[in-house]
Amino acid sequence: MKKVGNHNSISRKLFFSIALMLSFSFTSFAQEATPAADASAPDASATSQSADPVKGKELFNANCAACHKLDAKSTGPALRGVSAKYDAAWLHKWVRNSSDLIKSGDAQAVKVFEENNKAVMSAFPQLSDGDIDNIIAYTSEPKAEVAAPGPGGAEVPGKPAVDSGISNNIILGALALVMVILVVMLFLVNKVLSKVAKANGIETAPKAPTTPIWKAFARNQFLVLVTAIFLLLASGYFVYGYLMQIGVDQNYQPIQPIHFSHKIHAGDNEVNCKYCHSAARVSKNAGIPSLNVCMNCHKNIGEVAETTATPEYSKAFYDEQIQKLYTAVGWDKTTQSYTGKTQPVKWVRIHNLPDFVYFNHSQHVTVAGIECQTCHGPVQEYEIQKQFAPLTMGWCIDCHRKTDVKMEGNEYYTKIHDELSKKYGVDKLTAAQMGGLECGKCHY
Amino acid sequence: MSSNKKYWKSVEELDKNSSIVEALKNNEFVEEIPTDEFLGNNDALSSSSTSRRDFLKYVGFSTAAATLAACEGPVNKSIPYVLQPEQIIPGVADYYATSVFDGFDFANLLVKTREGRPIKIDNNTIAGAKFSANARVHASILSLYDSMRLKEPKIEGKNSTWSAVDSKIKSSIADATAKGGQVVLLTNTLASPSTEKLIAEFIGKNPNAKHVVYDAVSESEALDAFETVYGERALVDYDFSKASLIVSVGADFLGDWQGGGFDSGYAKGRIPKAGKMSRHFQLEANMTLSGAAADKRLPMSTANQKQALVHIYNIVTGSSVAVSLEDKFKAEVTKAAQQLKAAGSKGVLVSGIQDKNAQLLVLAINQVLASEAFSTSGVRQIRKGSDAKVTQLINDMKAGSVHTLIMSGVNPVYTLADSASFVEGLKKVKTSVAFSLKEDETALVSTIAAAVPHYLESWNDVSITKGTYGITQPAIRPLFTTKQFQDVLLSLNGLTGTFYDYIKANASTIIAGSSWNKVLHDGVYVGVVPTVSAGSADYSAAANALAKSKASQGLELVLYTKTGMGDGQQANNPWLQEFPDPITRVSWDNYVTVSNADAKKYELSNEIVANGGLNGSYATITTADGAKLENVPVIVQPGQAVGTIGLALGYGRKAALKEEMMVGLNAYSLYKGFDNVQSVTLAKAGGEHEFACVQGQKTLMGRGDIIKETSLEIFNTKDAKEWNEQPMVSLDHKLVEATKVDLWDSFDRSTGHHFNLSIDLNACTGCGACVIACHAENNVPVVGKSEVRRSRDMHWLRIDRYYSSESTFEGDNERKENIAGLSSSLSTFNEMEKAGDNPQVSFQPVMCQHCNHAPCETVCPVAATSHSRQGQNHMAYNRCVGTRYCANNCPYKVRRFNWFLYNKNSEFDYHMNDDLGRMVLNPDVNVRSRGVMEKCSMCIQMTQATILKAKREGRAIVDGEFQTACSNACSTGAMKFGDVNDSEAEITKLAADERMYHLLEHVGTKPNVIYHVKVRNT
Repeated sequence: MKKVGNHNSISRKLFFSIALMLSFSFTSFAQEATPAADASAPDASATSQSADPVKGKELFNANCAACHKLDAKSTGPALRGVSAKYDAAWLHKWVRNSSDLIKSGDAQAVKVFEENNKAVMSAFPQLSDGDIDNIIAYTSEPKAEVAAPGPGGAEVPGKPAVDSGISNNIILGALALVMVILVVMLFLVNKVLSKVAKANGIETAPKAPTTPIWKAFARNQFLVLVTAIFLLLASGYFVYGYLMQIGVDQNYQPIQPIHFSHKIHAGDNEVNCKYCHSAARVSKNAGIPSLNVCMNCHKNIGEVAETTATPEYSKAFYDEQIQKLYTAVGWDKTTQSYTGKTQPVKWVRIHNLPDFVYFNHSQHVTVAGIECQTCHGPVQEYEIQKQFAPLTMGWCIDCHRKTDVKMEGNEYYTKIHDELSKKYGVDKLTAAQMGGLECGKCHY
Repeated sequence: MSSNKKYWKSVEELDKNSSIVEALKNNEFVEEIPTDEFLGNNDALSSSSTSRRDFLKYVGFSTAAATLAACEGPVNKSIPYVLQPEQIIPGVADYYATSVFDGFDFANLLVKTREGRPIKIDNNTIAGAKFSANARVHASILSLYDSMRLKEPKIEGKNSTWSAVDSKIKSSIADATAKGGQVVLLTNTLASPSTEKLIAEFIGKNPNAKHVVYDAVSESEALDAFETVYGERALVDYDFSKASLIVSVGADFLGDWQGGGFDSGYAKGRIPKAGKMSRHFQLEANMTLSGAAADKRLPMSTANQKQALVHIYNIVTGSSVAVSLEDKFKAEVTKAAQQLKAAGSKGVLVSGIQDKNAQLLVLAINQVLASEAFSTSGVRQIRKGSDAKVTQLINDMKAGSVHTLIMSGVNPVYTLADSASFVEGLKKVKTSVAFSLKEDETALVSTIAAAVPHYLESWNDVSITKGTYGITQPAIRPLFTTKQFQDVLLSLNGLTGTFYDYIKANASTIIAGSSWNKVLHDGVYVGVVPTVSAGSADYSAAANALAKSKASQGLELVLYTKTGMGDGQQANNPWLQEFPDPITRVSWDNYVTVSNADAKKYELSNEIVANGGLNGSYATITTADGAKLENVPVIVQPGQAVGTIGLALGYGRKAALKEEMMVGLNAYSLYKGFDNVQSVTLAKAGGEHEFACVQGQKTLMGRGDIIKETSLEIFNTKDAKEWNEQPMVSLDHKLVEATKVDLWDSFDRSTGHHFNLSIDLNACTGCGACVIACHAENNVPVVGKSEVRRSRDMHWLRIDRYYSSESTFEGDNERKENIAGLSSSLSTFNEMEKAGDNPQVSFQPVMCQHCNHAPCETVCPVAATSHSRQGQNHMAYNRCVGTRYCANNCPYKVRRFNWFLYNKNSEFDYHMNDDLGRMVLNPDVNVRSRGVMEKCSMCIQMTQATILKAKREGRAIVDGEFQTACSNACSTGAMKFGDVNDSEAEITKLAADERMYHLLEHVGTKPNVIYHVKVRNT
């Protein structure tokens, strides 16, 4: 468990100095890693040969990807190998204006229309034949083999950092070994020397019998007293520290029913926190998003990209999590429709404020404009969400003492700001000066 | 209740010859437990490697391990919606406008819901929403979560399905039609245009059907009189704000008379403006809320009231009907009548006498006065019951001519005086259906008990007064397998669709110029308000007949409904049971009120015993025709007219009630002939009753700094210093105002908000809506009768009631001033402790006064209670260690200590002990635990929410936005809340008013609750 704020000063210093020492070795390895990553980039681009599918990919992503995937059914059918099924001229007509084609009674068009739940495809009159051919070329590319991550595979970004961690340990281990060898050598040298001395008949002066150090210590009452006081203080310090962390669940990181990675969502894909936690703007609860919010995106994102996989979590693992969402919300991937059978997800609550504390997200998020990360930590880097802050009263109060209230442009504060700034003789007012330390503001 | 039910533990028991059953009767186990196998073998025992010591070690280790493991926090689950409804955001309250009429109470409401569950009733304040919620309507939200509700339909006591119920009713009606039997719909007054249309269609389809309307507490005579003159069965919607002189002859119009809801109009005229306020004469037998508010109260029996009414009629109309009014009343009644006549159109007379002649005279007098308060436009439709038709129905039932009886919203087995003959008649009815929330007395003896949803789960429409229209909309999905009476009627009429569709279609014909969505949003719609015009009636004949009515022999029993319980529909509601009656301050009981003189005569007494509880004698009441109510507890009631006794209806229910709620006696059994006045004899019975009374002190004993009262004359002519005296103290041998002397340095409260709560004693009628609203808002626990008796009630807000010893409080003050010497003071104070025979009454709501210099704060050893800049005295429950020093040091006695854990504790089996009841809890307010002090927080959760809303919207707060639960609930405007740092706010003006005073000002606590001197227009 973590220590409470005022206790970690010594340990923090210790930790800091070790960290400082280690950081040198880190940076040196990171520098080595960068050129390696750069070198791999041209390789990737070199694999693409034909120009058509590249343009096609651009066009596909701009126009088609909202409803089509290459290898899986989405709103529209999977498009890989579509040119094999239909002739190009028909496809041109279909893409330009499919509903006209259906209305004209084209048998194939009607069939396609009905096979896809009669979903009307938007018309793309702006696409030239060449454009459509480019897209077809892209869809006709063979499916790339999944490069198995692991031994022999391409270097995964981030791996060098992991390697440097290991080598650090090795270096430390080696150093320790050297030390041990040194000690052993010294001991041996000493032994040899004394043997030599004995052999040469040199008498080493016998040690005068002295009082053992512990007896001397016990006799020195002053030292005993000082030590006793020190021990008592030290144990008091640790007992207090232990007691104060009871009920403080900092770094609580429970296993959730669905492995939801904030890193992928808020970090890699830069989804705004408040897109999913929209209630934080207006409510006391930030709110766990309802599953329909997930489905806004995941209706189309049925699997993760190859690049999302990490050595720790494979693509198959992430895809399974998305499947869990589909099961919970009752989405049938094959028919692209809701089955109506739902299983609400039972998340494990991470931030548990006691009942006697009133906390309102909207006050902090909307009114004060505080970043979510201030209290929740670098969420965008968390693979698994955890409790960042201790959520103790001291922690709240500290922030209320330090933080200036954001009053600009808020008419509510106009009058009180004028009066209080005159009273305290300051321009900026902290939450504490506004009365943010009063018991009843949070306890009722 | 004893039960003859036999319970089977297994199917084996059904077989009488089973040897197992026989064996089980004698032994716990069928076969002997083979203990010998391991205990008999000494070798095995001694060779066992587990010694006794080892065993103890294991036990010790596992206990320690379990204890350590328990130190870890629990794992909480959070389950979001799969598909979140658009309008619901967890943590944000939604409000739905609705209107309620349950056959007795009616109101236009806003229902506050959180995460889809209704948690609080607020008043709808939109224009056109006229009727605010009383204490019972505020409490009705808890009745929604009543665990004793009927959860599914039952046929002959067995759980059944709705399809079975539907087909059974259908076939019964078909059978009735075939056999020529009657089909009767017995309902409460509906006041619902759609339901009435539906019933008319039902009768159209079934010519053998008829509709009987039955009000448990009858207003039949007033309805008959109005129908005779105006040709419509309705009641007048009096507007007392237009009256400068009010004469009430036995009408408790601030209580439940003709449905109640007159208090806001009345209070408007009671606040002195430009030296004027209304004057109110009250002639009554029981001490009522109206009597307490009156400027002049004449206690008299109903027989005397009848004569007085004729006397007033004589004076106002100039008739000369011979009356036999007792001389002692003559002067006062004449005075009232003359003033009434002089007031002309500004005068109004109301009467609660259950006599058609008397009610005709009321109409005659108001017509002659051309009273503005008596308006026949927009008449009330909330009482339509006909006593004669109900009596006819019972006779028909006994004669066997009723084949099918469908009841909705009524409980005649409980509420009829002659319940036995109704039950007898019910046995001759082939099929009886009771649509009911509970498996109540009637549902128990009916063929089908049909579970209906609560009004917060149903669709309905209601037209409380003519020309207005309100929609009842559900605020939650039905909790149980319930079906509305109207939905069943729809299917009986062979219509498809739901009642919702039906209302929607029907509403389109009513809400001209508006839309369904708007009416649904607003909750009310005001259309063209029709006026009924008067026909003629023979008033002088009525006056003659009334004058000839004879006084009854023996005592006159006047039955009434209590503010807390009403007609008894919500008897299983712990909030209402624990609600102290405004007059007697007794909760959890009904009782017979007797006058001092009669108490002496019958040797009845009340006394306060050693533990502070109130005890009272028992009495037996016998009516003229021999109906008896035994062991009725007695309360000696100051102001009760001599020769009369009072008894409240609505108690003594036994069906579908938790055991704790089965209190009181059923006074309906004495409600013969639907007459609330009965001739009875009283006899003392043995034993003593233990009351749960929350106020031991009855009189004010001349302590003028608690309730300040003055007369309008003095108020108008004298300087404020004389009638609103400031307490003075000596400082440096000079007399200075007590408020100017201070032990402490004052904190600067001029910045930000500074809340004050103003209570106008002139406008407060003691209705208690605030008490229940406070309960609902602040999760105040219910503690039960025995705890209340020990003075451990938890009400954050109490309404103190004080009697005067002399005829006025001013008289008390003078008497106290005139005390000379110790011996005189002892004897005088002793006498002043006894309330007068017709005392003046004052109500005073008291909650935490939020003192700027709070005595409680300075004595708390752990600083759990502290002061805020906003004027609120905070209470941090998690910090409190329960020393109770603060309560000891509080001069207002407003702090409440949690002696026990009141939630999830089977010892306190009220709503907080079941999952359903806990749904009413406000998630924004902490539920307190044992050993913690609590008190009024001035609804800090509400003020904080208001501030946050303004901050979010980036605007300043406008006056009127700040509210507390009590000020929100107050329909009379007696309680006003606001920010005194806002110079434009109403509260700032109220705080500067010359009527303003603080409670116990001389103590120097500087409270943030302010009171206004009560002015009486005597």
